[in-house]
Amino acid sequence: MQPESAVNSIRMFGGFARGSLKLILRGNRMYWTWLAFLGALIVSGALAYSRQVEIGLGLTAMRDQVSWGFYIGNFTFLVGVAAAAVVLVIPAYIYDWKPIREIVIYGELLAISAITMCLLFVLVDIGRPDRFWHLIPPFGFLNFPSSILAWDVLVLNLYFILNFSVATHILYRAFHGKHYIKRLVVPLVLLSVPMAVGIHTVTAFLYNGLAARPYWNSSILAPQFLASAFCSGPAILLIVLQVLRRFTRFEIQDAAIWKIAELMAYAMFLNLFLHGAEAFKEFYSNTQHLLFTRYWYFGVGGHHTLVPYAWTAVALNLLAFGLFISPAARRNFLTLNIGCLATYAGVYIEKGMGLIIPGLTPDTLGEIYEYYPTVTELRVAAGIFAVGFLLFTLMLKVAVPISLGEFLDKKEAAAHAQEVDLPCTV
Amino acid sequence: MTDSEKPSRRMFTASAGAAFAGMVLTACGPKRLYEVPQHKLKASIAEMERRYKEQLGKDIQVSDQGPMPGVHFAFALDISRCIGCRRCVYGCVAENNQSRDPQIHWIRVFSMEKEKGVDFTHADPYYNPPEVPEEGHFYVPVGCQQCENPPCTKVCPTGATWAEKDGIVVIDYDWCIGCRYCMAACPYGARHFNWKAPTIPENEINPHTHYLGNRPRPKGVVEKCTFCIQRSREGRYPACVEVCPVGARKFGNILDPNSEIRYIIEHKRVLVLKEELNTVPRFFYFYAT
Repeated sequence: MQPESAVNSIRMFGGFARGSLKLILRGNRMYWTWLAFLGALIVSGALAYSRQVEIGLGLTAMRDQVSWGFYIGNFTFLVGVAAAAVVLVIPAYIYDWKPIREIVIYGELLAISAITMCLLFVLVDIGRPDRFWHLIPPFGFLNFPSSILAWDVLVLNLYFILNFSVATHILYRAFHGKHYIKRLVVPLVLLSVPMAVGIHTVTAFLYNGLAARPYWNSSILAPQFLASAFCSGPAILLIVLQVLRRFTRFEIQDAAIWKIAELMAYAMFLNLFLHGAEAFKEFYSNTQHLLFTRYWYFGVGGHHTLVPYAWTAVALNLLAFGLFISPAARRNFLTLNIGCLATYAGVYIEKGMGLIIPGLTPDTLGEIYEYYPTVTELRVAAGIFAVGFLLFTLMLKVAVPISLGEFLDKKEAAAHAQEVDLPCTV
Repeated sequence: MTDSEKPSRRMFTASAGAAFAGMVLTACGPKRLYEVPQHKLKASIAEMERRYKEQLGKDIQVSDQGPMPGVHFAFALDISRCIGCRRCVYGCVAENNQSRDPQIHWIRVFSMEKEKGVDFTHADPYYNPPEVPEEGHFYVPVGCQQCENPPCTKVCPTGATWAEKDGIVVIDYDWCIGCRYCMAACPYGARHFNWKAPTIPENEINPHTHYLGNRPRPKGVVEKCTFCIQRSREGRYPACVEVCPVGARKFGNILDPNSEIRYIIEHKRVLVLKEELNTVPRFFYFYAT
């Protein structure tokens, strides 16, 4: 690179950064209240976490019998949320459906936030966070390809980098009034489809590969992961899009929202079907391995802590399916939003606690230890969710004005005015 | 600049770069005990001893005794003899410096009903009758099965746990990041986590330790039975074998055709736990009578 052009890029990037900062610092009362709320949760989470680091993971309810809990459950759920981008990319590119193309970038921003939360949940779950570098060669050693966790570290970080680069590139170019480089962006966006399927499959295999845990050691786990992920990610996105539409000049066609809701209905059907198939196999064959499924749905020997959650999840998923499959209900914004919340909550329960806890209860030697998260775990988890929402809010704060053409480098934009039509249309 | 100078300068830059990269790699590179060369191991161990002296105010000897050639350890436990007294559990705790609070037990003894046979879903690890053995019950102690095909080492993301040449599955406590994936993978509940800083009364610390075995552990890492590596590699019996009042525990070199363990495997009705998982345990259960 020539020195002049390097200086120029730094200057251009400086302008982008300063402008973004200005946007972030400008907002109405509701915006600041929201930020203050998230900030309070983050502080509370950080305090709880610092105590956890000091005393140890003994402050959580996890013990040798149930050695993973709420943190890993949230991690698993959020890997699913990171799929949202893909659900949008498929119709946008495979079917070349324009109304959805315009919002792909928001799916990517959601993926970035979700992966950040995933990585934080893993970080707070490990006993020696000071040694996380042991995973990073050449300083450390990554047990690849033997350990599926090593695979997960790789694919999650790659997925993060992929989404981060694409989203930043598009917004940065748009800020300078230029169209993104199509030859670069389109292949990367298309690559994110197999990558998203990859992060889900690898995360499912993380559990799936453990013969010691019959509840997880079922080949239906990976497909079921994908199905539920394709419900929960869009559920969040649909609500976010409506919020944006309400509070900014951002426009999104109803048709796009309804199309996403329709896709969610199919995903939810698959999810329920796969659950049903698994339940049939377990209950009909009635082997000793039924114990884990029974613990989740009915409780075992007086231990019923999770039973209400199990049936709530089933009810919410059925409700969501009913609402999304009926065209009238998914076109009515009240029932659509009820469906979104039901999906979000239902998948959150079944994929968080419903996957991890029954997988480990009873333990490998038949002991039942009833796990229920402690206040420390809840505070740390709330803090991490707040970090994710904060990141998402701030990114939207910059991305929305850019894609509306309200925020750009005036001088440069004028020079490139002719090449720009829809800056944020991928 | 002449043409002949050009490649040599490039060569110089390249080799300087390579040398620098090599330096960084050796300085910051893998410090797993698994791959520390012999001459550096001594230094690491001296460092461990110094650290223990500083932290515990006590001289702890850390042995680096390696596996003996031609030795492959195996264990056999006579279910018909075990009376469920748990002396092995506490003998193990004392020998291997397990935390007293929070309590960590590498061996767990399950009380089972004779009517139901070996069935963990109906087993009770917390049995507490005035006297053992109880009528109608038998006992199955379970610790690490030292699998030939260990699911726990396979999943470790940092390679902090592995099987030694003599068959003992060990953990590098200085390299473990505490992710507990190995605990999810172990079918025998043999791995235990330090949920809080381990505590042992000073006068109860066993100063005779091994770097892959019973040396004191920090908070936030996983630990497990090592067939008392600090003893077995010196040709002694594990603590649980010595302490068992009824001689239910047998231990030895499976490669030695004249060993007791070999005799048991060849002549008794032996079984392994969860055979269908193909972990190939080196821990056998048998009925001598």
